[in-house]
Amino acid sequence: MTESLGLAWKLVLQFDAALLQVVALSLRVSGLACLIGALFGLWLGTGLAVARFPGRAVVVWLLNTLLALPSVVVGLLVYLLLSRAGPLGHFGILFTPTAMVIAQSLLVVPLMAALTRRLVTDTLEEGGDQLRSLGASPMQVGALLLLHERLGVLTIVLTAFGRAIAEVGAVMMVGGNIDGVTRVMTTSIALETSKGDLPLALALGLLLLGVVALVNLMIAAMQGRTVLRAAAWT
Amino acid sequence: MAMMLTVRRALWSVLVVAGLGGAAAGHAQDRFITMASTTSTEQSGLFAHLLPAFKAATGIDVRVVAVGTGQALDTARRGDADVVFVHDTPAEEKFVAEGWSRKRSPVMYNDFVLVGPAGDPARTQGKDTVAALKKVASQGSGFISRGDKSGTHAAELRLWKQAGVDLVAAKPAGYKECGCGMGPALNIAAASKAYVLTDRGTWLNFKNRGDLQVLVEGDRTLFNPYGVMVVDPVRHPHVKAALAQAFADWVTAPAGQAVIASYRVGGEQAFFPDARP
Amino acid sequence: MSPVLVTLSNASVRFGEVRALNGVSLSLHRGERLALVGANGSGKTSLLRLLHGLLRCSDGSVSYGAAPAGRSPAPLAAMVFQHPFLLHLSVRFNVWLGLWLRGVPRRLRGARCDEALRRVGLLDLARRQAHTLSGGQQQRLSLARAWALRPEVLYLDEPTASLDPGAKREVEALIEAIAAEGVTVVMSTHNLGQAKRLATRVLYLEGGRLVVDLPVDRFFSDALPPEAAQFLKGEWPWR
Repeated sequence: MTESLGLAWKLVLQFDAALLQVVALSLRVSGLACLIGALFGLWLGTGLAVARFPGRAVVVWLLNTLLALPSVVVGLLVYLLLSRAGPLGHFGILFTPTAMVIAQSLLVVPLMAALTRRLVTDTLEEGGDQLRSLGASPMQVGALLLLHERLGVLTIVLTAFGRAIAEVGAVMMVGGNIDGVTRVMTTSIALETSKGDLPLALALGLLLLGVVALVNLMIAAMQGRTVLRAAAWT
Repeated sequence: MAMMLTVRRALWSVLVVAGLGGAAAGHAQDRFITMASTTSTEQSGLFAHLLPAFKAATGIDVRVVAVGTGQALDTARRGDADVVFVHDTPAEEKFVAEGWSRKRSPVMYNDFVLVGPAGDPARTQGKDTVAALKKVASQGSGFISRGDKSGTHAAELRLWKQAGVDLVAAKPAGYKECGCGMGPALNIAAASKAYVLTDRGTWLNFKNRGDLQVLVEGDRTLFNPYGVMVVDPVRHPHVKAALAQAFADWVTAPAGQAVIASYRVGGEQAFFPDARP
Repeated sequence: MSPVLVTLSNASVRFGEVRALNGVSLSLHRGERLALVGANGSGKTSLLRLLHGLLRCSDGSVSYGAAPAGRSPAPLAAMVFQHPFLLHLSVRFNVWLGLWLRGVPRRLRGARCDEALRRVGLLDLARRQAHTLSGGQQQRLSLARAWALRPEVLYLDEPTASLDPGAKREVEALIEAIAAEGVTVVMSTHNLGQAKRLATRVLYLEGGRLVVDLPVDRFFSDALPPEAAQFLKGEWPWR
């Protein structure tokens, strides 16, 4: 373990170009996936919270089931879609970072939708009627509640980011772990493990944790400043 | 206003993230081909040595998707790769017979070795693989099989057949299939002190040996030939046939063959050129 | 008689098995100030919401304008709740939001915000975060939000029930000012003194039924049905 810690530290200090590229790609793929996933997930979750339609309970049940979707299954489905032999093959985006973003977006949408639905439903109790009284349509109510609970929304996005950057099954399948093109932190760890270089694999794992910790820290700082600014007016 | 600030920050972060993408997008304009190959070849480190030389000679990037041999051939059948580089001659010949490629060109060979625990409970040490496997089976000693339709797995199955062991009817006690790559199989063998058949390239690079060591080597039956095949553009029109052919030509020509021969792992030559003009 | 704004004909509201409102008939006239009184669970809140349009009736009908089959549009209405829901944004934004949702043209929004905030005495707190205001200030903001819309009818659901006496007086004064402008007011309250001060007409509800519907002076002097009289005595023992 200490060997890995030392190795991790050395890797960071050396600013190894290949490693930097891997980290940057991880951040880029998972970050974009979360933004795209948020677009659909927040909208879907809000819609399910504010709308009333027959079969809503079924959709909610389906959503909760999809939460348990294994990343490798998502990877397989996207692979079959994007393969040249598949329906979307002519786009030729298999084994590219774009395919990885698509797969991870699909992975985080159910998570974000479920969490958003809970968030909006809870706040709907408090203020749904009053916003409707002001003339807001159901979706406007949802959007305003998201604005109201924006720190909660940020937490949801962060949770999704954690899930995305830590998964390996989907990106391995649709990215192919191509050196210099689609290799990310998790697939690197998988590769080093299968090569038997366990200390390096563990070091990369620690690095991954460190990167996520840093992102969390930046978000917390942003939250803190918002709270401080609000407090300053009192 | 607080909201404006949050919006501004969100936009900025999107730009930064997309900017990281901009760098890679430019890269996509380069000439490149997708090659389906095997995990053992990649893990031997050969590609890191070979492909930069190819790029320097032709300006073509090779993107390697490394999976098991069976999966690599399937990837090519689906049209997701331009060229295939694996080590399972019967499967490759079938691939050509099915019309997915016009020709299989031999490139190089390396060899397999049988590794096992230092104590060698089945007394396998020597130069006769088939005899060694017979002893492993009769002793019921632990044996790890990749079980993943890879070239290595195919070779292993051929050897068992030669040893007269019918794996379908009755697996020997101690025979375990992991459905995994060479590295993980070695990990399992090291941890459970079992025998395992591995290619020399992966073995030379493998760091987690435990008390495993090479027990059988140099046997003719352990030779492991590699072939390269360009996917037929008639079957898959989108395939970059010209660039893929450039690779096949280069790697079988004296220049490429020399690069292969010059690859060393731990001071030893890992692959032996085998192209026939 | 001033024009009718809303008419309920034998309206009932059911939540599953429970009848929150049972066969209520009434007409709301422009310029009236209604006080709804009754115990908790008597249907005051449901009646307010039904009139405002937040609830649909399960039986009976609601119509706007004169005749029962009147096709007039619902009057422009706003509602103030006992616990106002204010967004985690500035005081000003909370007022602006109502104007934006109702489609008030952009060039008018700013002026109307400021006017409403000035009326309730919160203009210098416009940039503060709404949730940092005191209870009384939040209710005044809620009134500003409603007032800015220039509604024809203002519904209030126990607006001063959670406030201290000083804040209560401030809010009552604002409600009176609004009513003085000609806005029709419908307010539910536990406070009979408040009803007597502000209302022109008092409705007593019990178990979802409208039991008494009288002008204010008659409500507090006439002989009332026994349950109503009992309620009055209970809520206002020192009468």
